Amino acid sequence: MHRPIMRAVGVATSIVAILGTLFVLSPNGDLGAVLSAFWRGSFGTWSALVSGTLVRAVPLAILGAGLSVAFRAGVFNIGGEGQLLLGAIAASIVGLEFAWLGNMGSVAALAASAIAGAAWAGVAAVLRRRFGVLEVISTILLNFVAANLVSYLVRGPLQEPSGVYPQSDLISASARLARLGSSRLHLGVFIAVAVCGATWWFLSRTAAGFRIRAVGASPSAAAVTGGVDVPAVTAGALMASGALAGLAGGIEVSGVTYALYENLSPGYGFSAIAVAILARNNPLGVLGTAILFAALETGALGMQRDAGVPSVVATAIEAVVILAAISFGAGMQWSARRSTAIVAT
Amino acid sequence: MTTERPTAAALELRGIHRRFGDVLALDGVDFRVASGSVHALLGENGAGKSTLMRVAFGLLRADSGTVSVAGRQLTSPSVRSASRAGLGMVHQHLSLSPGLDAAENISLGGRGVYRPGPAAERLRSLAQQSGLDVPVDAKAGDLSIVQQQRLEILKALARDATVLILDEPTAVLAPPESAELMAWIRSFAGSGGSVVLVTHKLREALAVADSITVLRRGQVTYTGPANESTEARLTRAIFPDGEPLPVALVIAPPSDVVVSARSISVRGDRGGVPVHSASFDVRRHEIVGVAAVEGSGHRALLAALASLRRISIGELQLPARIAFVPADRQRDALIGEFSIVENVALFGLGAAVGRMNWGAIAERARKLIERFSIAAASETVAAGTLSGGNQQRLVVARALERPVDLVVADNPTRGLDVQASAFVHDQLRRAAAGGAAVVLHSSDLDEVLALATRVLVVFHGEVRECAVDRNIIGRAMLGAA
Repeated sequence: MHRPIMRAVGVATSIVAILGTLFVLSPNGDLGAVLSAFWRGSFGTWSALVSGTLVRAVPLAILGAGLSVAFRAGVFNIGGEGQLLLGAIAASIVGLEFAWLGNMGSVAALAASAIAGAAWAGVAAVLRRRFGVLEVISTILLNFVAANLVSYLVRGPLQEPSGVYPQSDLISASARLARLGSSRLHLGVFIAVAVCGATWWFLSRTAAGFRIRAVGASPSAAAVTGGVDVPAVTAGALMASGALAGLAGGIEVSGVTYALYENLSPGYGFSAIAVAILARNNPLGVLGTAILFAALETGALGMQRDAGVPSVVATAIEAVVILAAISFGAGMQWSARRSTAIVAT
Repeated sequence: MTTERPTAAALELRGIHRRFGDVLALDGVDFRVASGSVHALLGENGAGKSTLMRVAFGLLRADSGTVSVAGRQLTSPSVRSASRAGLGMVHQHLSLSPGLDAAENISLGGRGVYRPGPAAERLRSLAQQSGLDVPVDAKAGDLSIVQQQRLEILKALARDATVLILDEPTAVLAPPESAELMAWIRSFAGSGGSVVLVTHKLREALAVADSITVLRRGQVTYTGPANESTEARLTRAIFPDGEPLPVALVIAPPSDVVVSARSISVRGDRGGVPVHSASFDVRRHEIVGVAAVEGSGHRALLAALASLRRISIGELQLPARIAFVPADRQRDALIGEFSIVENVALFGLGAAVGRMNWGAIAERARKLIERFSIAAASETVAAGTLSGGNQQRLVVARALERPVDLVVADNPTRGLDVQASAFVHDQLRRAAAGGAAVVLHSSDLDEVLALATRVLVVFHGEVRECAVDRNIIGRAMLGAA
């Protein structure tokens, strides 16, 4: 009843808080310069938009589509980050070791990344099914394992030949995704659009997608009335979201970094949670929210570069926006309903 | 303290209005309970009985009108002020903490330090005074339904309640238990207490009450002393157009066996009561009633028959086409936020493959809405927006859309008004006439008796067949020979 009012008050408060913070921290108290730096960093120029914002939106959109599938099934997959890293590892290995694949190299790298991401999520699925470990816990912990695995690989088996830098060699040219013109944007942007469209189609038009939605909305009705194997559907949704997270990691290596290194992802797996929730777990909406969150990040970098706002402040502001979006937007119902669903299954 | 006039009302509600959105749930209701009397509040589901009692108990604020207890008006209605004035309410769905023992449950909501010894002592003396026997040390979750209900009443008495509101207290009881509760209610009134008995059972009201008030669509349509009330008069007050008569259908004699159970055992649900070595047959054209009090193992039996749970030993033959109507439609049958079309598609979803043909499913949904007279604006509205009766019509319509060999229905008319119940009964009879075997469980023994051609009684996990006779079944439900 009072929710719209609360929401408006919350959003207004957040905006005031953000602008106030920027004002205090901006050099000479020039708020206008800070905001214009944000604009130039995110949407204001062609290169900022294409080489900055859209490049960042690609992994966010693919991850967000995957997380939508998990969230719709009532599975709280917090492990997008770890699954993404496993995908990046798999794509790097294929790109480094299977140069003979020729122009199938990039396809093989991406396929391997999706399989690796699904397998990493599968660990959480098995833990849930066999030992009743909640995926909220297991996927978070698997993030740390994945990050440490990357650290080990780039200092050990996959380290570049000189052994100086903690990163892998560059992957073979055939495993790379083509770039569009002179920009940093790569073919992955089309993959992202296709993935979001296909995921939307899957959820709304197929029996398996409807099973996922039914299980997420009411596990008991799905089981009793639908005769649906609820544990199998939740495990499948978790692994599907893992596959897409892995794909996002593979695309990041094949299209952007061309090598494996630590901190390959600036927390895409976490931002994608907000991307999915803000889009109300609608994969088509994810395309929009992914661009929004990518712009927040590139805009924040712009503020740091051009207006001297410290990057920690930019990161904090991003967090406030995410919290505000989740608390006063779609997340409100979402979090309350989902937490009961998780307990019930 | 002023001396009360003997005629002062124990509870008096005046001019109560309450609106929910577009619905006027209570439309100027006056309700007066004389002290030392039992007052039955009758009416269909949705007539406003529970709403009125929630207003009296301070759970719900009236838009206008006053509530007085023992002649004193409650200035700011709240549960606390109502309790302090001497009002106690036992809800239809009991609200004990299953993990706490009886004494702890009684003391919940108290203040200060909890001391187990004195609390148990208090409960014991209260139980003795009131004649309501409960085990003091047992966890509430381990008590039988009857004991839980007694504990709920004791909880109210512990707060010095002199006016007790009992909301459909016999819905979960076997006939002998109901009779015992009615006797207790009379004795409580005899010792000066007052009772509001909310019920939809005419016979119960006539048997135990001093006065009867009937609500229909938020208005009082009858009020008077019980000894001047007749079933016919009350029926007219409850149902505007007279009680709908069940459609008489000639059901063919039982033919081939559809369900064959030989010494089957079924485990209970999460520590629930299991079924052990049950043997029975169900044939086409039969409506087999399953009678049992809560916690007897009948849930496990129904789950096995609906092929939702595997049997642990024995031999159970089930047909391929089974329609299950679960007891909790909100939880197990429908997804409230999904459209009617999606809810139609939910049925049998586990076996669906490939693409969803939404166009064809929408067409089926439209046909079901028409054929089963479901009051819905269109097939695209969310199922949760339908009234309870129409939700159940949808559930039944979906289950019986195509011919089935076996219908398993668990409390299919719970919470429905008479019209909607008659619809469900009619559909079950039609299914049986059409060649299905029907297994029906209802907590309302009258419903089982009205429909069943045979009755299986489940008690403590044992299943046995009984003659279709109220007394024999009632005794068997409590394990008496």
